[in-house]
Amino acid sequence: MFSDLPLLSLIIWLPILGGVAVFALGEARVAWGHRLALLVSVLTALLGVGLYAAFDNSTADMQFVERAPWIEAFSAWYYLGIDGIALPLILLTVLVTPLVVIAAAQSIQQRASQYLAAFLIMEGIMIGVFAARDALLFYVFWEAMLIPMFLIIGIWGGPNRVYATIKFFLFTFFGSVLMLVALIYLYRQAGTFDLYTLQQLPLDAGEQMWIFLAFFAAFAVKIPMWPVHTWLPDAHVEAPTGGSVILAAIMLKLGGYGFVRLSLPITPDAAMALDWLMVGLSLIAIVYIGFVALAQSDMKKLIAYSSIAHMGFATLGFFIPFMIVAGTGESTGARMAVEGGMVQMISHGFVSAALFFCVGVLYDRMHSRQIGDYGGVANTMPVFAAFMVLFAMANAGLPGTSGFVGEFMVILASFRANIWVALLAGTTLVLGAAYTLWLVKRVLYGEVANERVAGLQDLSRREFVILAALAVAVLGIGLWPAPLVEMMSESVSALLDHVLQGKL
Amino acid sequence: MEQVYLAIVLAPLIAAIVVGLGGSRMDRAWAHRLTIVGVGASFALSLVVAWDVFVRGAPVFDGAVYTWLVSDGLRLEIGFLIDSLSAVMMTVVTFVSLMVHIYTIGYMKDDPGYARFFSYISLFTFGMLMLVMANNFLQLFFGWEAVGLVSYLLIGFWFKRPTAVAANLKAFLVNRVGDLGLLLGIAAIFMYTGSLAYSEVFAAAPTLVGQTINVIGDYQWQVATLICILLFIGAMGKSAQVPLHVWLPDSMEGPTPISALIHAATMVTAGIFLVARTSPLFELSVTALSFVLVIGAVTALFMGLLGLVQNDIKRVVAYSTLSQLGYMTVALGVSAYAAGIFHLFTHAFFKALLFLAAGSVIIAMHHVQDMRQMGGLRKYMPITYWTSLIGALALIGFPGMAGFYSKDAIIEVVGLAEMPGATFAWWAVMLGVFITALYTFRMFFMVFHGQPRMDEHTREHLQESPRVVTLPLVLLAIPSVVIGALMLAPMLFGGVFDDAIHVLPERDVLGMLAAQGYTDAWSFLIHGLQAPAVWLAAAGVLAAWVLYIWQPHLPGVFARVLAPVFVVLDRKYWFDELYLKGFAPLGRGLGRLFWQVGDVRVIDGWLVNGSARAVGRLAVVARRAQTGFLYHYALVMITALALLMGWLLFVR
Repeated sequence: MFSDLPLLSLIIWLPILGGVAVFALGEARVAWGHRLALLVSVLTALLGVGLYAAFDNSTADMQFVERAPWIEAFSAWYYLGIDGIALPLILLTVLVTPLVVIAAAQSIQQRASQYLAAFLIMEGIMIGVFAARDALLFYVFWEAMLIPMFLIIGIWGGPNRVYATIKFFLFTFFGSVLMLVALIYLYRQAGTFDLYTLQQLPLDAGEQMWIFLAFFAAFAVKIPMWPVHTWLPDAHVEAPTGGSVILAAIMLKLGGYGFVRLSLPITPDAAMALDWLMVGLSLIAIVYIGFVALAQSDMKKLIAYSSIAHMGFATLGFFIPFMIVAGTGESTGARMAVEGGMVQMISHGFVSAALFFCVGVLYDRMHSRQIGDYGGVANTMPVFAAFMVLFAMANAGLPGTSGFVGEFMVILASFRANIWVALLAGTTLVLGAAYTLWLVKRVLYGEVANERVAGLQDLSRREFVILAALAVAVLGIGLWPAPLVEMMSESVSALLDHVLQGKL
Repeated sequence: MEQVYLAIVLAPLIAAIVVGLGGSRMDRAWAHRLTIVGVGASFALSLVVAWDVFVRGAPVFDGAVYTWLVSDGLRLEIGFLIDSLSAVMMTVVTFVSLMVHIYTIGYMKDDPGYARFFSYISLFTFGMLMLVMANNFLQLFFGWEAVGLVSYLLIGFWFKRPTAVAANLKAFLVNRVGDLGLLLGIAAIFMYTGSLAYSEVFAAAPTLVGQTINVIGDYQWQVATLICILLFIGAMGKSAQVPLHVWLPDSMEGPTPISALIHAATMVTAGIFLVARTSPLFELSVTALSFVLVIGAVTALFMGLLGLVQNDIKRVVAYSTLSQLGYMTVALGVSAYAAGIFHLFTHAFFKALLFLAAGSVIIAMHHVQDMRQMGGLRKYMPITYWTSLIGALALIGFPGMAGFYSKDAIIEVVGLAEMPGATFAWWAVMLGVFITALYTFRMFFMVFHGQPRMDEHTREHLQESPRVVTLPLVLLAIPSVVIGALMLAPMLFGGVFDDAIHVLPERDVLGMLAAQGYTDAWSFLIHGLQAPAVWLAAAGVLAAWVLYIWQPHLPGVFARVLAPVFVVLDRKYWFDELYLKGFAPLGRGLGRLFWQVGDVRVIDGWLVNGSARAVGRLAVVARRAQTGFLYHYALVMITALALLMGWLLFVR
């Protein structure tokens, strides 16, 4: 009954239409706008829970499939469906968005309805990317996503928002145009945009290499990988809290999703040929960016750099399987690596969201992101301090929190490829703890640093609810990751069977 | 029994959560009542388990509670392994924890963070129990990091103090360096045995023999050696072995009860426990054992020396802890795992006692910790005095006391060992005995004897600590006296640990010791009295008496005459300088370099904004073509047309 509904269409279009309705309500009825936005985002989350409940773990096949003609001239279809790789990311999206809506009521005064509308529309579009089975549909959602984020940073952002938005837009747009070229080439070869067909399409080594590089331009920018990461700290610094949360928690994951959904299955042999590059860049992200994070004096920049380092684990997990097979001659560990990368993405979604919310809590009170303006916050905001220490520990990969699971799996798997890869990845144990806990020390601990800190109020009930919800997610995944991994296990297995076999 | 095991770990956890969430809104009395009931229940049930294992001889329990994760055929579970080793550890942990809980009522009486403190120490008890009861490496790592977290929180408990929050960051980061080793060791175990469950890993251990791995260059490492050294690097962090020891003295910034519980009796012994637990792996590699032996010997001797020049009462005990951990590590290094665990066991009681006694002194002194301002406390604090004396005698290995048996056993087995480094280790532990006695009684005399050196105000208020403080002292003093004699025979020679610890026959130094016939407490005592160690200890006490009671001006003379030595000790071999002025600025400098040069100048400056500028310049040039004058366009068109036609007509 429930699963007969076009669930994926509902979960994509409900927030988009809800967003339009909130927009139509206008600034005059902003209180109603808040209520409607909350209602829509919660309903969407419930739909997500419904998807999870109806989802079948035991198969790698696409589920909840919907297919209708879209642009017949290009044989492009409105074709939706999810597997165990897409579902966790959709769940992440629908769980984080209501928190952003709740937070907005407190921190956004100007054009609040438009702000809420932007986030709801954004939510629908992002789910669309995860659910699209047609490459053109995927591409349309992918590009559409830029618009609300562009507006969110451009309208509600900080003083340097123009530079940040243009940089953000050009970086990501440049990458995705190359992806479009690759997709059109594939379409010309296959005569369809159907992703499954494209994954099965035979391609020679040269073709694969060019297509891989085009995809790489799109996804490496998005996730982001070194050296195309510099848009992210700027975007985060200028973005309002909600924008940073969505950007870090979900938008970055689209890059990782692209690697898994397009790069690996469509160009497996190129991925194998360039695994040294991908692993190398991932390690640079973990080590180099870890050091860079240590040098930051702006809280948001620090967390932004930390995000890049953490995403290095995702890309490492996705591309180390080739080295594992090359090194040991068997594929044991390959699945663990990819699953670890996926878990890392989900975990980072919650942890980075929590950390950006924490910075938002402080920013709303002090209007400063500079670490130097704080000190001794634990004296005046003990409840907040407890939460922030928890999330900091999750960011540092403490066992029992979600941050540990993915890193553990990826390091365990990487060791099979090469001890040095594991060692370099493992430096995050020290570096991640260093930059995160040093931040904690400078912000939370010590005597009350100045009068403004002395006057701080502890968490409001609204803020408490947001952080508590994220704490439940972070601890839940950390203490019992089995359900999350079970969800994706079959799909990852099928993916690797295809990828490791190659196309040549 | 499964429910019992579960209750043992959950009781302190639940208490910690309830009290933690209650926080300052909770009535103070309820904060300690709940947590004491929790850990008390844990202790009582641990006794039941110990009875079950040791007296009734219950078979080893190895079972899962729940499946944490299944990935790629690797099944990771949270579960318990209950054998002799875990039973001993559980009893020690819960007993010392219970004592510390009671003691804390008195020690933290006026602290605004009362409930928070109780929540933390109960959480610690949970983490430590998870660690020692684990049946797999994942859960070991979980407990390992959980106790590290609580240690971090407790060292920084007084988070307003800059020194405390510097110390806790240092402790966490140094431990993380060790944890990296441990994690890589676990990864190696997964790679070569395909499992992380102890039973499966140890069953597969013999297959590691002969396997090699190429780490760097052409040199082939034995896989077993690599795994063991990686695991031991983890142990070096947690058990504060040189060169990862620097965090432990600084951890004394935390309140004294946790110095006793975490940084003396339990958490820091986790590394010792780890090596003993993984003895089936360590037995495969003499190289790794030698490494363990030498690190332990260096720690035992050189950290003891540092205790000689400390003036802070807690730091003396802290360096003593480092040195004693070195003794335990030495025992592990010569394959006498049971001797290491035995010393861990006795040390837990008398070191917790010494710390809590030091805390009692600190309460009386109104939180002055400098021994130069103490003296003559004997007559004001009789219970603290006598219990401290018992602790001190146990520590130096006074014949018959707990520490005598465990330390003498280590010295004996090192003498029997033949592996590389054993001779050096023997000299180190022998010299260490003298040093131990000297710094221990230096502290004892400076605090309790001689002329009172505190100010008038403090002296007027000197009094014995309240019952909640002295009761744990007495309860810890009892095992500090008797536990060695009682447990020597069963723990070292009775084969109690046969189900948990694996020793190759040719390296079974404890077996050789047993073959000499000194296997009961009495003959061991008689034998010990004829050995040099006891006399070295006596010499140490005598030296302390001469230097700090009889001729108190002598230490000053020595400090002047031996100034270079004194500087070396006072600067603690410059380890802190190396880390704080070497590695830390290097890390921050690299960060700034990568950021300012790599990101800002090269990537953003040249590539990103540079390409934007290049496009801009190109546009300036290209714009010239579009002048807007019709005749320019017409000229270009005509020229182009002419050229095209010329090419078509004449060239082709």
